[in-house]
Formats: sequence, structure tokens, C-alpha cells
Amino acid sequence: MQYMLMFYNTLENQTPPTDPVKMQAYFGAWGAYMGAMKSAGVMLNGDGLQAPSTATTLRVRDGKRQVQDGPFADSKEQLGGYFVINVPTLDDALEWAARSPTAPTGAIEVRPVIVM
Amino acid sequence: MHTSPAPALQSAPASAERAARESYGRLVAWLAYQWRDVAAAQDAMGEALAKALALWPVQGVPGNPDAWLLSVAKRELLQAARSQRQRASPEVQALLTDEAFYEDAPAVPDARLKLLFVCAHPAIDASIRPALMLQTVLGLDAQVVAQAMLTSPSAMAQRLVRAKQKIRDARLRFEEPDADELPARLHAVLEAIYAAYGLGWDAVDGGDETDGQFCGLRSEALFLGALVSHLLPDAPEAMGLLALMLFCESRVNARYTSTGDFVPLAEQDTQLWDANAIRQAEALLHRAAQKNNTGPFQLEAAIQSAHCQRFYNANTPWHGIVQLYENLLQLAPNVGAQVAHAVACAQVGDLAKAHSLLSQIDPQRIKSYQAYWVAKAYIEQKLGDKDQHAASIHIAIGLTSTPAIRKYLLHTISV
Repeated sequence: MQYMLMFYNTLENQTPPTDPVKMQAYFGAWGAYMGAMKSAGVMLNGDGLQAPSTATTLRVRDGKRQVQDGPFADSKEQLGGYFVINVPTLDDALEWAARSPTAPTGAIEVRPVIVM
Repeated sequence: MHTSPAPALQSAPASAERAARESYGRLVAWLAYQWRDVAAAQDAMGEALAKALALWPVQGVPGNPDAWLLSVAKRELLQAARSQRQRASPEVQALLTDEAFYEDAPAVPDARLKLLFVCAHPAIDASIRPALMLQTVLGLDAQVVAQAMLTSPSAMAQRLVRAKQKIRDARLRFEEPDADELPARLHAVLEAIYAAYGLGWDAVDGGDETDGQFCGLRSEALFLGALVSHLLPDAPEAMGLLALMLFCESRVNARYTSTGDFVPLAEQDTQLWDANAIRQAEALLHRAAQKNNTGPFQLEAAIQSAHCQRFYNANTPWHGIVQLYENLLQLAPNVGAQVAHAVACAQVGDLAKAHSLLSQIDPQRIKSYQAYWVAKAYIEQKLGDKDQHAASIHIAIGLTSTPAIRKYLLHTISV
């Protein structure tokens, strides 16, 4: 069963720190997390995303494009990245979500993937 | 294999219905566990029961009714799966290889605990868990639960369907939780059972006693409580919950006079309390205490045990109750216990503390919490603060939804 883990957090918490020591810790934590998923054989794919300020949202209404600067939802916590993992049950997916470096400050939405 | 899980159940009146409920619950749980689909298991078992009701009166009851029902239900499941072209799925394969299993199986493995844990899974909305348990594990009509929860039967049915779809589609784990997760997961199961029991009490207070239908929820919750403590015999909190419900149960006949007037706990005639239920509850609480692992339900049961002491020696040990509430609040803080703690302090004469405890509660939490305003009015009356008392008791009356209790509170101001 495939699940997408979507990582939501505030801009402050999802921006990699500029301080070299903190930056190393930040990327070290994510690297270790992805490494653990890979060595457990559960990781299918996933990426971190650039800042929400780089987002553009599009709708087509009455045949006209409406393009808007910024992310879809104007909320404090924004999507910062996602992984798709393959595990037997929701409980396993939740366990992986809990291990992510963003869990203590942000939120992780876990959704089963429709496999075609 | 139809032994009742606990002594609490043996006094239940409708033993035949109990046996059917027991059988239904075990068979649906086992099928749902194998199939990972609660709704499909229920449908298949429903079909099997209908066939049994048509055939058994003519052909006689088979030697092993459970095995008969299971193999028919299994065939139903397979047929449904074939028509949906799910034949290749691992669940279907597992059932096919198990083909010969049921025909002479002496006993169905008990998967009801797994099903209870799935129903009270953290991924399932807490407010639907009691109804989901009653409907899937006991086969209770969703309509009964809907009426008790003051929602429409169709809305309730929809929420149940959604919950079962989530169990299937998001694939919740159908296993008992790991040891490190067990206490929290068990607490969720016990909370849902206690909530179902509370629905039965609301019916008592709502004057639906004559109807009997909702009050049945109390005995269903007691059944589930007994089931969990039977299936997890080493879990002291499960015994604590069962003891708690039995203590409450022991006083149900003393809560209203024959003319329907509300009688507060302190004025209840202990002769009307059920000695047998109190003894059972005390024994359970004693056994739980020996596990040396206290928890909120054991503490709540111990508080009710203290209230029941009046049965033996005409005294209520209020100092002990204050201490128990302090322990409970450390372990599991909640507004109900905060209010009851303040009242217990007032009972031992510490009015200043009682008053300050109430004022420490978050004002947002108590705006529409009736018990808070009753407690506040009571403490203000003891303090001699007539104006404040009058204001609080009016809010309390305004928040009361039970006619008999409203009548009682109105009576206290007219005296």
C-alpha cells in the first residue's frame, strides 16, 4: 500500500537555516531520515519544495486563465515537501511520519495513493 | 465456546439474545480481520444469518452453528469479491487456501479485541468510535445509537459508512498494538466504551427509562467492558473501567423517586443501591490494584467506590475523595474532574480552596458546562454569597437539558 506523506510547517520552520552549524544539523536530520526509509526499502520517491513564496496558483474559469501569485491556501503552515512510501498499513505510514524531522514542529498529512 | 466473559454479564436478562450477540461479534470480527473490511464482513454475515433463519427451522440447527455461519459468510465474501474481480488480492487467496478450515473447526479464534482496537484507532474520529464499536462488535442497530446521540439515523449511518471505508481504504492495522503503544490505544478503547455507557445514562436522565431502548446502551457498554477485561486479563485499566461502570450501575435505581423526581447522590436511599454490583465492582478494583499500575479509570472507580462507602457505614470519606481527585488530575487533567475536585474540597470545609480551584478553570471551557455552574452555586451558597449564588444557579438552570434536574434546581432556589 502506497502512502504520500505531506509535510506542512511554518515558513520559519521549513526554511533551511543559514548558520553553518544549524544548516548541517538540518540537512543531517533529513538525510538520515531519507536514508532510513531507503534502507528499510519503503521509499518510492519524494522531494523537498522551494519556499511557498515561489508558488503560483492557476485556475481556468470560463475558458480564461486566472493566475495568482502564491500558494493555493493562505495558511500559516504550508506544504514543504512530500514522500511516497510503500508500507503494509496506515499505522506503519504514521510511524514513518512520526520519525520525520518536521514532526515536532509541523504536521504531516498521510494519504493513501490511488495506484493505477 | 459460549461462556460469558465475566460475572457482570451472567445477570443480564436476555441470555439468548446475548448468545447471539456474542456469536455475531466473534464471527464478524474474525471475518473482518481476515478480510480487512468491516462493512463487507457485516454484509456477508447478515446474508449468512438470513440463510440460517430460513434453513435451520426446516433442516435443524447444524452441529457447529458458528462453523456453518462462517463458511456461508465466507462464500458470500468470495462471491462478492469475484464479481468485483478482486480474485488476485492476497485476502481472497488467503480465504481460498483456508477453504477447509471452517468445516470442522471447533472454535473461531477471537478477533474481537483487534476489531475494538481498529474501531478506536486514532485515525478514526473520536466521536464516532462508540457507535462504530457498538455496531460492528455487537451488531447493534445504528438507529438506536443515532437516537441516543441526538443525530438522525441517516447521518449516523453515513458517518459509520465513512469510518468503515477509511478502515478499509487507508488500511488501518488489524492487530493488537505493540506493547509501547498499548496503554494509550487501550485507553482510547476504554474511553469509547465509557462514552457509550454515558449515552445510556443520558437516557436515564432524559426520562427515557420506560422506553428501555437507549438504557440498553448501558448494558451493551458493560458487555464491551467485560469483554475487554476478559480478553486482556492483565490490564488493570480495563478492570478499572468495568468497576467504574458497575459502581454507577449500582445506584441507577436510587437516582429518581417513583414519581420521577431527581435525587442527588448525597440524599439517595442506600437501600436502593445494588449490593451485588457494588461487591463485583469492589472485587474488580481490588484485583486491578494488585497490578500496581494505576490509571485514570482505576482512580475514577476508586472515587465511586468511596461514594459507595455510605452503603456500609453511613459516611462518605471526603478527605480520601479530595486526594483521589488530586491524583486523577495529575494523571489525566479534565474539566469534569477539576469541578468535582472543587466540590470535594468544599465538602471537607475548605471553601476558600474550593472557590479558588473553580476560578482557576479556563473560562472558555465552562461557559456552557452545567456541572461547573451547579458546583459554583453550591460553593457560593456555603460561602453565604447570596447574589453570586443566585446568578450562578440561574445559569445552571438555563444550561440544564434534563427536566427532572431542572425541576430539582428550581426547587432549591424556592426553598
